[in-house]
Amino acid sequence: MKEGYITGTIKTIFGPVPQVSTVWSRSDIWQTIKVRWNLNRMKYKVEPGLYATGNPDSNSDVFVSANFKLSFDHLRRALNGMNAWILVLDTKGINVWCAAGKGSFGTTELINRIKIHALLNIVDHRNLIVPQLGAVGVSAHEVKSKTGFRVIYGPVRTEDIGIFIKSEYKATPEMRSVKFPLKDRIKLIPVEITYGKYYLLLVPAIFFILAGLNPHGYSTDSAWNNGGRAVINLFSAYLAGCVLTPLFLPWIPFKRFSLKGLTVGWLIAVLFLFLNLLGSNIFEIISWFLIMGAISSFLAMNFTGSSTFTSLSGVQKEMKLSLPVQIGAAALGLIGWIITRFI
Amino acid sequence: MKQLTYLKDVVTLELDQQKCNGCKMCITVCPHEVFEFREKKAFIKNKDQCMECGACEKNCPEGAISVRSGVGCAAGIINGILRGSEPSCDCSGTSDKCC
Repeated sequence: MKEGYITGTIKTIFGPVPQVSTVWSRSDIWQTIKVRWNLNRMKYKVEPGLYATGNPDSNSDVFVSANFKLSFDHLRRALNGMNAWILVLDTKGINVWCAAGKGSFGTTELINRIKIHALLNIVDHRNLIVPQLGAVGVSAHEVKSKTGFRVIYGPVRTEDIGIFIKSEYKATPEMRSVKFPLKDRIKLIPVEITYGKYYLLLVPAIFFILAGLNPHGYSTDSAWNNGGRAVINLFSAYLAGCVLTPLFLPWIPFKRFSLKGLTVGWLIAVLFLFLNLLGSNIFEIISWFLIMGAISSFLAMNFTGSSTFTSLSGVQKEMKLSLPVQIGAAALGLIGWIITRFI
Repeated sequence: MKQLTYLKDVVTLELDQQKCNGCKMCITVCPHEVFEFREKKAFIKNKDQCMECGACEKNCPEGAISVRSGVGCAAGIINGILRGSEPSCDCSGTSDKCC
């Protein structure tokens, strides 16, 4: 099957190497938008192997990448106007950083790919440009001792590759450091929204049905009145945790993501209190604070996985306290809310 | 933008300066400028900035660095608890879940 980004082939002594476009097509852009919304994300792959941009020869640079198409697309776009080789590792369709954490973007796979694609004969030099975040899985000295290739860690972001090459393979501290600016956080939010999957329908539906309960039995009128409010409150708490908290992350007080989420969730709850969305009964109001706080806090805590600066030890410490409190609060809130149906 | 920081005094990163050969690899691979270089040796400058990714340990030719590396990801830790295994996000070709 011929992929749209393959524009031709380069002949080498070891057979043809696909030549790829360094410009994104409309289909690449559309697929990127879809994958940012978590659609087809785990099947968004390119075939591992050797590729070419421009017309590389035995002196051209070799860039190593993952076979997640979004990673590969960013690299080939950054190589616009350059004659280079791209060595794509089999990372099971996972991006460089995550795959390196799992070891699939790793020393063994890199060494194997160097051998499979006869890199020793394709190029005369002995340098490989590996994305810096790949260092989590790649041991440069091991690659050197087993293959003779020197791993040069390139910049974190592909858009810095041009300057990196011009400055003789030197990445500035700025190019090496991972920040987490608003622009990056916004890109992650769509995937966060899809986190709840079918629970996003199931949980509000259960609340809606339960909302019809009243001291006299069941009425569809109260389902509409109280259930409608419940659905709004639940969705708002969800979005507080997975949209508002990531968006305003640096400006929300507290270090713990769960407390950041709780803060935003309760701010929304206070706002809703004044909008009369939490009901008039004090028990129902308290129940909503518990439920909304728990949901927002949990979703915000989940964003640690997408953030670029949280450590395993830190998240474990945070969760030890937060997770039981979140579960307890949600359960208590649910019970409280059901009880208020009957008073 | 100021650097975002997470919880203090939890990071497991350690550097044995006796073993350091001054190659600066840790400084190159660290995404959070945790290390600095003085008098031909690496030093830990910002321990609380460390996210325990493990790149420095993996690329230290002298084995001077140790860190308990892993995913700083709540979903991954919950996965680990549910399966009774190490914290791990479920990123693999056969699954549609990923952190």
